[in-house]
Amino acid sequence: MTEQRFHKRSIFLAAYILFALLPIYWMVNMSFKTNEEILSSFSLWPQHFTWANYVTIFTDPSWYSGYINSLIYVGINTVISVSVALPAAYAFSRYRFLGDKHIFFWLLTNRMTPPAVFLLPFFQLYTTLGLMDTHIAVAMAHLLFNVPLAVWILEGFMSGIPREIDETAYIDGYSFPRFFMQIFLPLIKAGVGVAAFFCFMFSWVELLLARTLTSVNAKPIVATMTRTVSASGMDWATLAAAGVLTIVPGAIVIWFVRNYIAKGFAMGRV
Amino acid sequence: MSTTQKPVNQKAWWLVLPVLLCVAFSAILPLMTVVNYSVQDIISPERRVFVGTEWFASVMRDTELHGALWRQLQFSLAVLAFEIPLGIALALSMPAQGWKASAVLVVVALSLLIPWNVVGTIWQIYGRADIGLLGHTLQALGFDYSYTGDPLHAWITVLVMDVWHWTPLVALLAYAGLRSIPDAYYQAARIDGASKLAVFRYIQLPKMRDVLMIAVLLRFMDSFMIYTEPFVLTGGGPGTATTFLSQYLTQKAVGQFDLGPAAAFSLIYFLIILLLCFVLYNWMQSLGAATKEPTHD
Repeated sequence: MTEQRFHKRSIFLAAYILFALLPIYWMVNMSFKTNEEILSSFSLWPQHFTWANYVTIFTDPSWYSGYINSLIYVGINTVISVSVALPAAYAFSRYRFLGDKHIFFWLLTNRMTPPAVFLLPFFQLYTTLGLMDTHIAVAMAHLLFNVPLAVWILEGFMSGIPREIDETAYIDGYSFPRFFMQIFLPLIKAGVGVAAFFCFMFSWVELLLARTLTSVNAKPIVATMTRTVSASGMDWATLAAAGVLTIVPGAIVIWFVRNYIAKGFAMGRV
Repeated sequence: MSTTQKPVNQKAWWLVLPVLLCVAFSAILPLMTVVNYSVQDIISPERRVFVGTEWFASVMRDTELHGALWRQLQFSLAVLAFEIPLGIALALSMPAQGWKASAVLVVVALSLLIPWNVVGTIWQIYGRADIGLLGHTLQALGFDYSYTGDPLHAWITVLVMDVWHWTPLVALLAYAGLRSIPDAYYQAARIDGASKLAVFRYIQLPKMRDVLMIAVLLRFMDSFMIYTEPFVLTGGGPGTATTFLSQYLTQKAVGQFDLGPAAAFSLIYFLIILLLCFVLYNWMQSLGAATKEPTHD
């Protein structure tokens, strides 16, 4: 009975992974071809295998600096988002205070605004502040949708932790900061992992704001990629190679937070 | 947010303050600018005329907008109907520990990490009958598949692309929620001889409630704002088959340089999302409150 059940699950999982990987395989496949080969015929693997597309990206500063710029502002954004969201999420999950529900919902509304709405006002705001084309500007702009998301996810996980744990710790003489760092944080590891990964991910793939707020010095990889569309047609092969490389940093991030996500409560118990 | 016997503590405000400062800086000033535009006719930066609610009235009467809104609602509901059950099923079938769990987590998350314009580009090639795996396979199986010619095929392709792209988000949230259920719950269920279905219905589902609510709302609001992927894949066509709200808004704002009407449209758009999310949020809250087991303290 359980054997068979297990079997069914494995088949479903394998089918999903196939569905998930096929388009990605196609991108990898394209990244090792030349443009002529991509457009001329259908082939399941490269017939004339080439590293040229990756060489282009790694040797041209205007390509690889895009990755560095993206990593800088995404890193700043993730750190700020999670660290300001942690205490706020704790407040929302543990206390009632004046206007708590309204503030919580107002935060969520910022996640519901189409970024296009904010393009022009942001451009004006950051020009006035003299922050155009800096990593800080993009990191700040992305706070708009990442902070509410982080608060929201963390609040969900914190509410799952019984309040008795807090009370016991206070009775045992823990101060709030010590309790929070030593007891509470390990309990919500899974939530912190998920929140950090999502902040990273949403900031990493955001194009509209990042492109509008930068020109040269902080130009992100997603904006550099739009360059592959030119008068002479699409440069599919380089775009595919750049796409493969954009997955890498995120895959490394999830590799690092995987234990937080997978183990969760069961391992973090005091 | 559950509100069962939480102590009142106004000092909690200090914990929320950093978040308020961060978000208010980015949100309030720009929003005021949009409101300001929406009631003016901007002929040039120096010449602007106050027009009151005229733009709002004209946007509300726009029949093309009604069409885009209707397509948008259908699309967002379809997204939820596919991605939520699939995401839960995926989370339940993912291994709980060991190297397999790590490997599966990374593989599942891959599609989330691809920039949205690249997602559209990949599917553009992937779906082509002559050089793409999906299009080629479907043609070989005898389907006359063409996402550029047939409105229905285009719509389904955008939906499948979205399911491929975003189901991992639901799965990761549900998975993290599942992993935070203490083993004691499962042991108790085993002692009681509960079936798999009962374990899911009475332990796993209620414990995943909070994260699932995040998943549903997040997928709803994001699919409501979908722009880049269909823009790259189909350009909104054929005809208007995949022209969703964002695309229509952008055509208006960028194509016609009409800042006033575009700002009014933005605000109405925002209010629609806000209203729908508010309804969904409260509905899910009450749903959870009704089925929630009584706390024993």
